[in-house]
Amino acid sequence: MARFIVRRLIASIFLLIVVSAVVFLLFYVFPSADPAQLRAGRQANADQIQAIRESLGLDKSVIAQFWIYIKGVFTPLDLPGTDSHGPLYFGHSYQSNADVKDVIFSDLPATVMLVVGAVIVWMGVAIPTGIISAVRRRSFLDRATMITTLIFISAPVFWLGLVFLYLFADDVGLIPIFPGIGSYGAADTFAGKVGAMILPWLVLGLATAAIYARYLRSQMLDVMEEDYIRTAYAKGLPDKRVIMKHTLRSAITPIVTLLGLDVAVLLAGNAILTETVFNIPGVGAETFNAIKRSDLPMIQGITLFGAFFIVTLNLVVDIAYAYLDPRVRYD
Amino acid sequence: MGASAELVDSDFELPPRSPGQLFRARFREDKIAMASLVFIGLLVLMAIFAPLVVSIVGGPDPDARDTGALDPLFATPTGPSADHLFGVDQLGRDVFSRVVYGARVSLTVAFAATFFATVFGVIAGLLAGYFRGWVDSLISRSVDVLLAIPYLLLATGLASACTLAQTKGGGSGCLGGLVKPGLGVVIFVISFTSWTYMARIVRGQILSMREKEFIEASRSMGSTDARIVFSELLPNLTAPIIVYSSILIPQVILYEAALSFLGVGVTDKPSWGQMISDATPNFSTAWWYMLFPGIALVLTVLAFNFVGDAMQDALNPRKRRS
Repeated sequence: MARFIVRRLIASIFLLIVVSAVVFLLFYVFPSADPAQLRAGRQANADQIQAIRESLGLDKSVIAQFWIYIKGVFTPLDLPGTDSHGPLYFGHSYQSNADVKDVIFSDLPATVMLVVGAVIVWMGVAIPTGIISAVRRRSFLDRATMITTLIFISAPVFWLGLVFLYLFADDVGLIPIFPGIGSYGAADTFAGKVGAMILPWLVLGLATAAIYARYLRSQMLDVMEEDYIRTAYAKGLPDKRVIMKHTLRSAITPIVTLLGLDVAVLLAGNAILTETVFNIPGVGAETFNAIKRSDLPMIQGITLFGAFFIVTLNLVVDIAYAYLDPRVRYD
Repeated sequence: MGASAELVDSDFELPPRSPGQLFRARFREDKIAMASLVFIGLLVLMAIFAPLVVSIVGGPDPDARDTGALDPLFATPTGPSADHLFGVDQLGRDVFSRVVYGARVSLTVAFAATFFATVFGVIAGLLAGYFRGWVDSLISRSVDVLLAIPYLLLATGLASACTLAQTKGGGSGCLGGLVKPGLGVVIFVISFTSWTYMARIVRGQILSMREKEFIEASRSMGSTDARIVFSELLPNLTAPIIVYSSILIPQVILYEAALSFLGVGVTDKPSWGQMISDATPNFSTAWWYMLFPGIALVLTVLAFNFVGDAMQDALNPRKRRS
């Protein structure tokens, strides 16, 4: 087990370095625009642009720029003679000149709060729904649930957000019961922030719950055909015990993998759509603003920071999986 | 023992049916999926003949600004009326016409991006599964790297980087002008981030299939690699490839809508995601402008999802999920 963890750890660190290189390359190769000109703004003259190009190190070769970038991201120290405050130095925003890392960390609490609440909603809805649908397979309830979930899967989350706001927001809604757009930023107390998050939690939670409920149902149906489930029934165990202990235990293991990845991707900024609709000042909304202002270091930094989340949580999931599922071999 | 006598009755014959026929027969049993297929057919026709559809209903051009239709006092959008079935937007453009034309962007991106993602995924999966060794390592590790990058951020970042040059008056597009801003960038970005799933599936299938006897037979008869790949392996993969690309289509439609919503999608033509984005500032008063493109999106994606699910069930009848 220890060897397994060490090996996965080394592989993850290696993956992170490669991912950093790829993200750097993609954002270096693809844009046709000149970063120095973007940084300088519209009214800059040629000398100013040249000065900025030198200060950002854009006149150096790709390899040299990449080396500076990698050192900034991975070295734990400030680099002498540069703006770099390592580790996780992704550069400075073209727009506000703020350190990208500082901006990300100040945005993170809102995103974490959104994702944690949404996870509670989606697991709380998906697990009972998935179990009931699998047990009452082909019943009216099952069919209705499957069609409802498919509708939720087919609806864009940002549109669901608008519809929920139209129905339930306390300022503009038909049934004004929950705080609406921008209430998170306006709330001073924790209770106020929780209230502001109810609608976003419901929207993101229900949209994702639909996927999980369907997945759990199909996993349960697969497991129910296994011989050991028939054996469990045959030896007279009560239905509840067979379903909750024997079936669910095996059916839910793959869900853990899915959950780990989804949480990572959402924390990494894929909550951008929900955050944009509800105007929650999180990492995703920051990306949205960065996109509007063509703030490449910000987009690049958030993307790479997100990759760190994904790789780390993947590692956690792999290890958790090895504990949960004794069939997993450690090599 | 009449039953066993019937079993050996040589006159009794099952009509021979190919796997394709079995697949189609099973698919046809699913009424919702058949209805969805008809809906998609009509949608494609509507997209192709968008000008005709709009003129039959008597709607204006999607970009025509009917400022007379705006509220005379506040110049705000007005709701559904005889002149404008679905109302008008904040510029006085007809929402119905824009929804009809919006199908063009959604469907073009859906089919094109799915096609490129599939082709690329299949090629990568084939190479990795067939040649194994360092080719496999290179491709599989590339997939790992791509999967580690949050795809929506990567996509928005690339799309905005590619669209950037256009607005700053420099060159246009990215990769030295190879990928043009607008539809080109959107299709490229979505394909670039969506091929990994297909590659993994094809690789897995090839890995197990290349050990089968018929491949060994073909190889022992002196077949070249190209012949084995194109004449022996690929024909056996058509079914899963078609099914998994049909599952990809609805995801691509939502993906395009998300990019448009974030303002990095197609901006020069009406698209559903972009309409919802435009509707966001005043959705509470102008509900029609948010509602109709959203419903169009949900129905389209739902239809593709029903078809994809039914195809998956028809391919693996043992794993029926209904």
